[in-house]
Amino acid sequence: MKFIKFLFVGIFFGIVLVKSEAVSWYRIFEMFKFQSFHMYGIIGSAVGLGILFLWIFRKFKVKSIEGNPIHLPAKNKSIVRYLLGGTIFGLGWALAGACPGPMYILLGTGVSSMLLVIAAAMLGTFVYGLLKNKLPH
Amino acid sequence: MNVILQPWPWYVSGPLIALTMAILVYFGKTFGMSSNLRTLCSIGGAGKYADFFKFDWKAQKWNLTVVLGAIIGGFIAVQFLSNGSDIALSAKTISDLKDMGFENAGTSLLPSEIYDWNNILTLKGFSILVIAGFLVGFGTRYAGGCTSGHAITGLSNLQVPSLIAVIGFFIGGLLMTHFLLPLIF
Repeated sequence: MKFIKFLFVGIFFGIVLVKSEAVSWYRIFEMFKFQSFHMYGIIGSAVGLGILFLWIFRKFKVKSIEGNPIHLPAKNKSIVRYLLGGTIFGLGWALAGACPGPMYILLGTGVSSMLLVIAAAMLGTFVYGLLKNKLPH
Repeated sequence: MNVILQPWPWYVSGPLIALTMAILVYFGKTFGMSSNLRTLCSIGGAGKYADFFKFDWKAQKWNLTVVLGAIIGGFIAVQFLSNGSDIALSAKTISDLKDMGFENAGTSLLPSEIYDWNNILTLKGFSILVIAGFLVGFGTRYAGGCTSGHAITGLSNLQVPSLIAVIGFFIGGLLMTHFLLPLIF
């Protein structure tokens, strides 16, 4: 039962991403072509409000639902892994038109071929795991 | 009801994505969809090949539940909450895509030129999706997160590494859209 709330978060997230059209290959293409404000509006307003939410959590020392202090782990300091990894991710994002969240959501919308993309993404993650110690981080 | 069935404008969708992130933080977790790929590798036995996959994946069951919900959410959104209206792409986008051989841009979420099984069962079509998926899976783990982990959560938490990652996302995305896609299509 403690998982049911996460199921609902996922359902909510899936509906929002379909209704926003952020799961559309075309919207991603349009974004990278700078031909519409739509995706920038989505990401911009999400980050703007996200900053406010996290500020409120900190300011009022909001406790999590389990009563623990809310703590978001800081990302490790580095440049190369974020720039290089990010660029590789971006190449795939613009080609598939889907990042990891939308991959699952699109599967739910009935796009069976997304299974191939998810399998390939698992393979990519697996190869990263194999090469991790040889890559600059 | 009609308002719900229409596509939702950015100023509704963006704040609802922020709300998703905040709810997960309130639940004591962080919003990050790409971690599930690592979890799925571990469940599949990848720990035998790399220590990176030797971790207690059962602690990630909550995140897999989010994924299951996301799949259901996608189903509900198209089956019950959509009126089948086209995506209101800019006219320039539609004509640019037409020049590249993409017909009917915006009449569905994804282009049939890439996602129809008829096209995938060619060497070119198969390679496109496998390479795209591979790059996403490899890149996201190398960068330590994807759009949800870096662009939404990391930027909201004012993390400089996430800003660098998002700059990388755009370098890759711009390269693909402006230079590579015209070569592929």
